Amino acid sequence: MCGIAGIIYRNGEERQEVGRDMTRMLQAMKHRGPDSTGYALYRPDTDGYVMHVKLAESNGQQSFEFVERLRRQRAQIEERLRSLGARIRDVDASAEHAMTVTFDHDGDLKALTDYIEDIRGAEVLSLGRSLEIVKDLGDAETVAKDYGLNDFIGTHAIGHARMATESDVDIANAHPYWAYPFPDVAVVHNGQLTNYHQWRRRLERAGHRFQSECDSEIIAVYLAERMAKGDSLEDAMRRSLHELDGVFTYICVTENALGVAKDELGAKPLVLYESDDLVALASEEIAIRKVVDREIETYDPYEGTVMVWTR
Amino acid sequence: MDAIGATYDARGLVELDGTVPKISEIDGDRAVLDARELSTRKINAELRWLLYEEGIKDVTVLNPSARHSLGVGILTRCRLTFEGSLGYFGVGLIDGPEVQINGRVGWSVAENMMSGVVVIESNAGSLAGAALRGGDLVVKGQVGARTGIDQKGGTILVLGDAGSMTGFMMQRGRQIICGNVGPGLGDSMYDGVIYVGGKIASLGIDCVPGEWTDADTEFIERKFRIYDLGAPPELQKFVCGKKLYNYDNLEPAERKMVL
Repeated sequence: MCGIAGIIYRNGEERQEVGRDMTRMLQAMKHRGPDSTGYALYRPDTDGYVMHVKLAESNGQQSFEFVERLRRQRAQIEERLRSLGARIRDVDASAEHAMTVTFDHDGDLKALTDYIEDIRGAEVLSLGRSLEIVKDLGDAETVAKDYGLNDFIGTHAIGHARMATESDVDIANAHPYWAYPFPDVAVVHNGQLTNYHQWRRRLERAGHRFQSECDSEIIAVYLAERMAKGDSLEDAMRRSLHELDGVFTYICVTENALGVAKDELGAKPLVLYESDDLVALASEEIAIRKVVDREIETYDPYEGTVMVWTR
Repeated sequence: MDAIGATYDARGLVELDGTVPKISEIDGDRAVLDARELSTRKINAELRWLLYEEGIKDVTVLNPSARHSLGVGILTRCRLTFEGSLGYFGVGLIDGPEVQINGRVGWSVAENMMSGVVVIESNAGSLAGAALRGGDLVVKGQVGARTGIDQKGGTILVLGDAGSMTGFMMQRGRQIICGNVGPGLGDSMYDGVIYVGGKIASLGIDCVPGEWTDADTEFIERKFRIYDLGAPPELQKFVCGKKLYNYDNLEPAERKMVL
């Protein structure tokens, strides 16, 4: 199953309560996937980078020195960032097993990410000037409360309510996926990819790292790789319809665009609502109605559809 | 409520929380139900109470708010109007009602309908009229993929476009799609007829053009007249080529016996 949702405001610079809206949409689709919930939220561009790092699985094994280990990891992360020349502005450690670092950096982001992930247990969930990925076990309201997402003011967002079918229930296998090492690109996916291993081997040979066993991670890295080769987001997504096998509806976001693609069988649901103020899309209309509380004109895009909106 | 704490609805089926809200405004044999504050279960319990116990023949539901599984399993002749959109599985498993939906519907609307009429003013999602066995399903907007999958009877009439695999594994009944259809039209159909007004992306396996007869013209005109849809467009007819029929062939073991 899985439920996916996306929302992008079209009224220019005006900021919106995107965190609250996304929580409402995902909570309405809790029945599609209660295992984990994830958000990719975009704030208006900041000067520096924001990095979300997972320090441990929230349902993982916790040894006697677990708290001490988390403290050590936090210290190591800050130390390694500084050693690469990053200037740390702010560190937020409100969630027990994750942390958020805001910093300035002029150097190579891939090298920086690799160096941070070299710390045992650490995984960079997202890195970018405006992107923030938050994912954890539980429903949308639980995750939003734990990470204070309902106050998030931003421009656009995607979210995912996961029913695990192909891989474990943990943070590593939760959506959205960040397109390591390309800043500000994230993907949520509903479906199954059948040529996952083929693509994973290809992309690994090209130097990409995979943090999970989840087939959806391929899409994020695949798109980022295409965009790095010069494709636009829309071109990369069109190409993916032919190169990725299986059934899927996925939503991809960058710092200023939101795109959706449906496989050529139209096997996975998507309902779309477009207005002058906003574009909202979700697996079920009931999610959109939590943001636009009135009778609205919506439709299901057809198989093989690729659509991109910019803000 | 019985010993195990369960209650039973008007049909005698177990109801986990069977308390009926009884908030509808009743006027003679008509009723208006504002569903805004009710859960799906309560809305359906209220509908059954109105239709089976109070003898109401005409119910209008306000604020369905795109919720799933509304108006399912109604097995009596009545008139149901939904003022707004429905989610998935809307008015499925019904036998008898005349349903008017002034909005959009999600996946699997009127799934397994035995008899009755469902008219949708806007678009419908995928699997509209899945396993339909009788009655008419009229969609005035567009529909998603796999419309009338496994259809076993009845008529599906769509004024707009339809997605891929329309009429997939259809076994009987008729579909009239006035707009364009996606790839794989009538794939693996066993029997039945599909009429298409627009462009066809591709035909599915064993779906072939059929020969037009006067009966086809009469049928199409009748359906358009009943639902007041104006003059029907120019339509093409598609049927099963029956090339995949292998029922007469013997199993290898049987063939040996015959020889």
